[in-house]
Amino acid sequence: MSASIAMAAPRAAAPRSYWAGVRRRLGRDRVTLVCGGVLLLMLIAIISAPYIAPHLPFQGSMIRRLKPIGFPGYPLGTDELGRDMLTRLIYGGRLSWIIGITPVAIAFFVGGLLGVTAGFVGGGVNMLIMRVTDVFYAFPSVLLAVAISGALGSGVSNAILALTLVFIPPIIRVSESVTTGVRSLDYVEAARSSGASALTIVRVHVLPNVLGPIFVYATGLISVSMILASGLSFLGLGTKPPEPEWGLMLNTLRAAIYTQPVVSVLPGVCIFITSICFNLLSDGLRSAMDVRA
Amino acid sequence: MLLYLLRRVLYAVPIALSVSLVCFMLVHIAPGDPINAIVPPDAPADVVEQVRKSYGLDKPLPVQFAIWLGHVVTGDLGRSLATGRQIWPDLSSALVNTLLLAVVAASMGFVGGCLLGCLAASFIGTWVDRAAVGVAVAGVSVPHYWLGMVLVIVFSVTLNWLPAMGSGPDGSGAFGLDWAHLRHLVLPALTLCVIPMGIVTRAVRGIVAEILNQDFITTLRGKGLRRPGVLLHVVKNAAPNTLAVMGLQLGYLMGGSILVETVFSWPGTGFLLNNAIFQRDIPVLQATILVLAMFFVVLNLGVDLLQTAIDPRIRRA
Repeated sequence: MSASIAMAAPRAAAPRSYWAGVRRRLGRDRVTLVCGGVLLLMLIAIISAPYIAPHLPFQGSMIRRLKPIGFPGYPLGTDELGRDMLTRLIYGGRLSWIIGITPVAIAFFVGGLLGVTAGFVGGGVNMLIMRVTDVFYAFPSVLLAVAISGALGSGVSNAILALTLVFIPPIIRVSESVTTGVRSLDYVEAARSSGASALTIVRVHVLPNVLGPIFVYATGLISVSMILASGLSFLGLGTKPPEPEWGLMLNTLRAAIYTQPVVSVLPGVCIFITSICFNLLSDGLRSAMDVRA
Repeated sequence: MLLYLLRRVLYAVPIALSVSLVCFMLVHIAPGDPINAIVPPDAPADVVEQVRKSYGLDKPLPVQFAIWLGHVVTGDLGRSLATGRQIWPDLSSALVNTLLLAVVAASMGFVGGCLLGCLAASFIGTWVDRAAVGVAVAGVSVPHYWLGMVLVIVFSVTLNWLPAMGSGPDGSGAFGLDWAHLRHLVLPALTLCVIPMGIVTRAVRGIVAEILNQDFITTLRGKGLRRPGVLLHVVKNAAPNTLAVMGLQLGYLMGGSILVETVFSWPGTGFLLNNAIFQRDIPVLQATILVLAMFFVVLNLGVDLLQTAIDPRIRRA
């Protein structure tokens, strides 16, 4: 009985509520809208790569190597094996986005689960989870990523695994601290004293209040993750050639900085734009959702 | 205070032990039998068994860990698979180079970040603030290995002002305090300093803006204190948190310089790591990561203690 009342409470909220406010604030924030738009365009481009790319990503030509931007038929020039840059940049976004975003998404679920558990249960469980987290915190993130994927060997799934392990500890820390904050609030106490079970309290009172901050924090990590993901490929640890990926393309084009400097830095421009857009989008979300972190 | 010091130092011991455990496990998460990382694949079976015994790989994992830890504590980090040489001499000279690069880059980032952060906080909401924050966001979002390439293209390839590679004119890796050596440091340090600069700018802006909003600042202004006087109070209050941010950044730079060192062929730990990865030289990988992580643990400890010494309000366990 009391549980059903507790469950009904959040659904009875007025329509012009928190989320309406968030949407209104986002609508006014021009920087965030532009960044969201750029990312959406990129996403559409990399999903529909086979339909919009002018050439095939693996088709090279020995006589058309390292052509400049604006070369007839090749709007962004060609790479060191004569493959069309524009095509490979569009296709390259696929792996870069997958290796960049998947780790944060997995870490959001795993780290969120562990962090909320630690914060809500407290005591020995909290101690155990947080002390293990401290150990991984003792490694600088780049070093941890390089160490794990260096030991596992190159490959997309190893890179994703390594980055996931890098991002779980910070998400655990954030989820634990927001959950601990929410747990001691009056409405949780009220629900508990009215007889709601632990699971109900978590589902109805804790999760809706902690997921927002954790989500915003996780979106902020995507920017770092994209840079690290391409960085691993740049070191030869992520993707293997001839697969197009921005970091790997940057690596193979490094030898061409003397002959075709502008073309050789293009993959980095893509990483930069993606990373900065995710960063600003996360900042915009944070202020629109009024999260302090 | 002494009790706090002791407790904080003691707390670092289990962390250091767990960190070495993680490093130890690196060899064992590598795919396949760890023995394959030590002997070539075409070695005869009896040689493999002999090596397995001599490395203690036939013993249970906890025993192996204890043996390995004993070697590490006495300064024996093992031998490189690729060269057969002791790891420590090569690693120590690489560490000096990485530390040099990290300290210079961190100082540049710290000074730049503090200036930009204070500027932004003093003119909060104006175009100055927006410009400083813009620089900070760009600094943390830029893939630094790419920035390194761009700087090489501009200053080495196009303008021919600065060298693109190495740490000295003779390529020996040794360092000297003359322009011939220092000019090799400019581009890597510049590349590496943008991340701490961005992070410090954001942090300092937040810290200073919050202090400027507090009542005691209004009081100070009310009693007629001029700008430099107020600034002194702000700096005193902002220093502990700013120091904490900065100390960690130095550690991140030590660990994170691998990409930049690769771009500039800087003979530091990152370069060593990169070679170790390419040659699948797991002992070198393990030793380098262990030493860097331990450095980070000690640095964390130092920052905490320093922070407490400056600001007695903090007595965290």
